[in-house]
Amino acid sequence: MRVLPCGDQAVLLDCATAAEARSWQFALADQVPTVLGATTVLLRGKPASLRALISATSVSPEQHRTGNQVTIEVTYDGPDLAAVAEYCGLAIAEVIAAHTGSEWTVGFAGFAPGFAYLTDGDPRLDVPRLDRPRPQVAAGSVGLAGRFSGIYPRSSPGGWQLIGSTTAVMWDLDRPMPALLQPGDTVSFKQVGQ
Amino acid sequence: MSLRVLNAGPLSLYQDAGRPGYAQLGVSNSGVFDRQSQRVANLLVGNQPNAVVVEALGGGLAIIATADHVVAIAGAAGPVTINGEPVTTGRALSLHHEYILRLGTPTLGLRWTLGIAGGFDVPFVLGSASTDTLGQIGPPAVAVGDELRVLAPAGRISTETFPAYLPAGELTVRLTLGPRDDWYSAEAIATLLSAPWLVEADSDRIGIRLAGPNLARRVIGELASEPVVRGSVQVTSSGRPVILGPDHPVTGGYPVIGVVADADTDLLAHVRPGDTIRFSRARS
Repeated sequence: MRVLPCGDQAVLLDCATAAEARSWQFALADQVPTVLGATTVLLRGKPASLRALISATSVSPEQHRTGNQVTIEVTYDGPDLAAVAEYCGLAIAEVIAAHTGSEWTVGFAGFAPGFAYLTDGDPRLDVPRLDRPRPQVAAGSVGLAGRFSGIYPRSSPGGWQLIGSTTAVMWDLDRPMPALLQPGDTVSFKQVGQ
Repeated sequence: MSLRVLNAGPLSLYQDAGRPGYAQLGVSNSGVFDRQSQRVANLLVGNQPNAVVVEALGGGLAIIATADHVVAIAGAAGPVTINGEPVTTGRALSLHHEYILRLGTPTLGLRWTLGIAGGFDVPFVLGSASTDTLGQIGPPAVAVGDELRVLAPAGRISTETFPAYLPAGELTVRLTLGPRDDWYSAEAIATLLSAPWLVEADSDRIGIRLAGPNLARRVIGELASEPVVRGSVQVTSSGRPVILGPDHPVTGGYPVIGVVADADTDLLAHVRPGDTIRFSRARS
């Protein structure tokens, strides 16, 4: 882990793995404001104090999970499903089996309220973002980008390859916890329809 | 206790200090762009520093009081009138029942901050009244015909005057390199710190977009999305720097070459298309 400068009100911890980043975030979240990235953690505060805090902290390498298990029902009808299958050298049925067959972990949030980056999926599902992002992606669209999967919480522009759709509500301010998914949750996809 | 909007101007938003602590939900801090002017406007009318203000972009906002109020205007400089009479900004002003306040086109700066004794009364979302233009959280923008509700004033009105503090002409902001300066060539960093950068017309609360020489990358490849802050200078794939504003996304995929000193980010609320920004190396 390296401590990188990030202005005069924060530092960025650059970790080797997502699990290491989650461990640091877990260890420090009670003491300073934190923001988790894919393999990074932002800590807010005076850089000198933060560096002292980091030196005085040790982390355990095990995975930190919330224990929440969420199942999301997906209709695999996305416009990029065939292209994803071709890119990955899989049949469409194998893409669906890979997406539903592995347990994903919410790595971090970003892009939009309620948007969770799902990690630790089937490594065969590794696809580039679209060259031209779509100006409009419907809420509930299930996508892939790199080795992440994610679900669009609301209609927005988007560059992920879309493989399906869900009726699950990812973001609802009328719920006590507006985001359906939070870092450390475990997520499974279940095929419905067809 | 309220006012009615006669003209909303190009973009008038309720703002406070924003909503820290919701990054794990993908929710950014947002909040008033020029924090210093929020403190000034609230102090003048006897509010807590974080009371809700209206952040009005450019000229045009016009409101009529439907009760006696005390207001203060900070941030930009330029013509402000009450019932057609020019008034001084940076001090408490009486806005009597049926009087009309108009914010003109700023002669310096870009965003007016309108404070009112008691503070504006709008529903909070996740602990804040701020409108996050990217996250689409918080109240809608102020619109013609809206009734602006006001809480009962509690504090003492100040008799002080705060002079406008915006610098005229080219703006220089201090910058700390990193976290991803090592993704750029030494020439790119030298260019960043020496070139004049032109503010582009598509700048907004999400980011101040800049035009200038191309900043070449040394590391080619994709950065795994990582957290960014207000003031982070991202360089997009087209080589164009963007200084992130209060409504920046929680995480971003472009490598951040440097971060503007937090105190200097208030001044970025006031740059206009065509203005020039320079970066100077912050002493660390």
